Amino acid sequence: MRIGFTLNGGEVAVDALPMARLLDVLREDLRVTGTKEGCGEGECGACTVLIDGRAVNACLVPVVQVQGAAVTTVEGLAAPEGRLHPVQAAFLTHGGAQCGICTPGFLVAAAELLAHTPRPTRPQVREALAGNLCRCTGYQKIVDAVVEALATEAGA
Amino acid sequence: MLIGQDLIRADGPAKVTGQARYVDDVRPDGCLYGFTVRSPWAHARIDGIELDPDFDWTDITVCTAADIPGENVVALMTDDQPVLADGVVRHVAEPVALVAGPDRDRALAASHHVRVAYTPLTPLMDPEVSAGNAHRIFRDDNVYSRITVEHGEAERVLAETDTVITGTYRVGLQEQLYIEPQGMMAIPRADGGVTLFGSMQCPYYIVKALKRVLGHDDLNVVQAVTGGGFGGKEEYPSIVAAHAAVLALKAGRPVKLIYRRDDDLRATTKRHPAIMHYRVAVDRATGKLQAAHVKLLFDGGAYNTLSPVVNSRAVLHALGPYACPHVKVEGLMVATNTPPNGAFRGFGAPQVMFAAERHMDRIARELGRSPLELRRLNLYQDGDVTPSGQRLVDVGATQVLELALKEAEAGLPASGVPDRAGGGGAAARVAPGRGVAIAWHGCGFTGNGEAALKGQADVAIEGDRVVIYTASTDIGQGTDTIFPAIVAEVLGISVDRVANADHDTATVPDSGPTVASRTAMVVGGVVKQAAEKLLAALQAEVGAEGAFDDLLAQRKSAAPLRVRAQYRDDLGLVWDPATYRGDAYPTYGWACVIVDVDVDLDTGEVLYRRLVSATDVGKALNPVLCTGQLEGGALQGLGYATCEEVVLDDQGGMRNNRLTNYIIPTALDAPEMVTALVEIPFSGGPFGAKGIGEIPHDVPAAAVAQAIEAACGAVLDRLPMTPERVLAALQES
Ligand code: FES
Ligand code: FES
Repeated sequence: MRIGFTLNGGEVAVDALPMARLLDVLREDLRVTGTKEGCGEGECGACTVLIDGRAVNACLVPVVQVQGAAVTTVEGLAAPEGRLHPVQAAFLTHGGAQCGICTPGFLVAAAELLAHTPRPTRPQVREALAGNLCRCTGYQKIVDAVVEALATEAGA
Repeated sequence: MLIGQDLIRADGPAKVTGQARYVDDVRPDGCLYGFTVRSPWAHARIDGIELDPDFDWTDITVCTAADIPGENVVALMTDDQPVLADGVVRHVAEPVALVAGPDRDRALAASHHVRVAYTPLTPLMDPEVSAGNAHRIFRDDNVYSRITVEHGEAERVLAETDTVITGTYRVGLQEQLYIEPQGMMAIPRADGGVTLFGSMQCPYYIVKALKRVLGHDDLNVVQAVTGGGFGGKEEYPSIVAAHAAVLALKAGRPVKLIYRRDDDLRATTKRHPAIMHYRVAVDRATGKLQAAHVKLLFDGGAYNTLSPVVNSRAVLHALGPYACPHVKVEGLMVATNTPPNGAFRGFGAPQVMFAAERHMDRIARELGRSPLELRRLNLYQDGDVTPSGQRLVDVGATQVLELALKEAEAGLPASGVPDRAGGGGAAARVAPGRGVAIAWHGCGFTGNGEAALKGQADVAIEGDRVVIYTASTDIGQGTDTIFPAIVAEVLGISVDRVANADHDTATVPDSGPTVASRTAMVVGGVVKQAAEKLLAALQAEVGAEGAFDDLLAQRKSAAPLRVRAQYRDDLGLVWDPATYRGDAYPTYGWACVIVDVDVDLDTGEVLYRRLVSATDVGKALNPVLCTGQLEGGALQGLGYATCEEVVLDDQGGMRNNRLTNYIIPTALDAPEMVTALVEIPFSGGPFGAKGIGEIPHDVPAAAVAQAIEAACGAVLDRLPMTPERVLAALQES
């Protein structure tokens, strides 16, 4: 089946089985590999992408569901000219990424939070990121980074 | 000064933009996907392997033990583990055959049509009856390692002292749970050799193993960006690499072997479970430890892997950071028909540190002293002697304790109890409690390990850049950021001009494995030496002295200038591996954790409010990276404490082998953390740095146990402290 959608601002079309996982279509058909697989069953959040601005686990989404939708992956967070999204910049300065395998998912989830919640508290940040697992950081620096990114954004 | 600054990690930009290439992100043309056929039995005879004649095998490659070109052995410490089972399986999930196909689904489908006929045999599952059992798994006694450390006359003093306190402590398996599963790619090269590219900690382990498997040494190993390791990618990747290589050579195509999470959890190594008996004599009047006899029993699983070294570290750390004049510690590591256990952050220390600290709490309870006071009375001080006879210098134990206590009092709300990290009020019936635990951790290899290994590093001038060549991988901890900072600091140039060469064994020397909290402290020191040597070589070449850039400008040759440094044993450590006497480690790290919990009295659940830690790191080369590692290790320790439980079925297979039921802490479960540093410089480390990778995992579990006891009186001597166990202990209290 022919499936068309917007990926990080550009139109794409692929031939795929309707029930193919969006994660596989992104990684294997489109070779956009920033989105990671940590579990394949909706538990780790490494595969988090935005569909029309909402964070979802791409390992649980059949590609047919994104027909005509706008999909954003980690590759689409920075501005087209390359300026990092505030949360990406804050991850760099605060040490939010260590091994980095969870990072794309956290960044996408944080970007969603940033878009919908102007001034979340630290507990709210933790709540928003509770669907993403990180084994390296203990989350402290991830929460720091998101809080700082939101402060920057609010001030900008 | 670049050292001590929060330089942004070198691989950061690629990681935050999705450009970093992990093994599964790379797909060479014609790449096949592999899958491993595993034993469903703990112990069985293999009567035959057949391919289902009704399945279409045309695009599938199948390998069994017969297809291994060289020796069927995973070369590590001993040669007991086969690459593929041949005639017999010794643990559930043992690899029996391999398949590769054009995509993952075909490979998986094919794996279901490989028919292995087994005759199940009675397995040996209980480590307590393994040693000397007639059922032989390893050599003639099932013992991987038996070590005794003795100082003074423990038995005599125990017999003569009135107050002897005994206790038994148990800990279960723990999974490393790197978020990127195991993965390796083997690429046959046009010249007849093979390249291995994948997720790993120790490229040269794979070289060593594959030479034997392939029967030649025409191979190179390249580390891909690696999504966490924690020890789980120390030795296990040699098996994945061997499988990928055997498939690729038979297929004549690149083969990618990426473990599915369920497969990874069922098959790969875990932290060793242990049963630990403590008998300690105390002077009631002074509260001082007089003598201790500790017996440790570890389950190594069906193959040796690195288990003897785990036993070694456990034995040497078994008493915790406390002075005791008469000590005997006996460690026993045995075989069972369960999946082999292996390296995991701390390497035996988290197990014994839980037991040692719980035993201090037990002593305090029986003596009617406060746990904190008992610790203060017995903590190591400069000049104290360890169970192996090492005289300690620069002991930071008291400093980390006092700093942590101070930090824990700072910024508390009026209630005196820190807020919940995840927010939310108190449930109907909760009890708050605080626990304090302290640990020590020997940094680097045991004894003369470094002197024997002689790790190497190269630094080279290439154009106007300087390139570092090491086999020390960055698995998230920041090696690729720390090493350039060290070199730039020595040469007095900007860190942007220093790069790391790929960790490719075709070009990098053997720096030793990326393990044992040794990378920054030991290899970092070798890198520093190499940079100093490079400066000297440049001075010699241009025949002048001066700043690096001035000399570089005077250089006539455009050819690269490359120097090699090798570990120098300047410390004069004296160690006898036969008797386990002497300087067990070049130096020790010290850490204290103070944790505030709420115990839900109805459910037994333990909720974390805040974790304060103070750690002696020698010198924080990059404080953000340093504290980041300490925080990550602390949360793994909290997971070990309360929620991470590996549940086995009757064949020893992991029943909860999914992320839905093997639970690691989320951002909501994790406490807010305050991470304080003490810097007592270590003369043998670059700029005074000590190893910090493992110590954060050693401390939290015991602190949590003490906090639970303080909260509600429940005494727990077993990990993990699941809600069921907390409730049961509550009923007994
Ligand atoms: S891979 Fe999708 S949630 Fe883990
Ligand atoms: S940075 Fe490694 S899992 Fe999060």
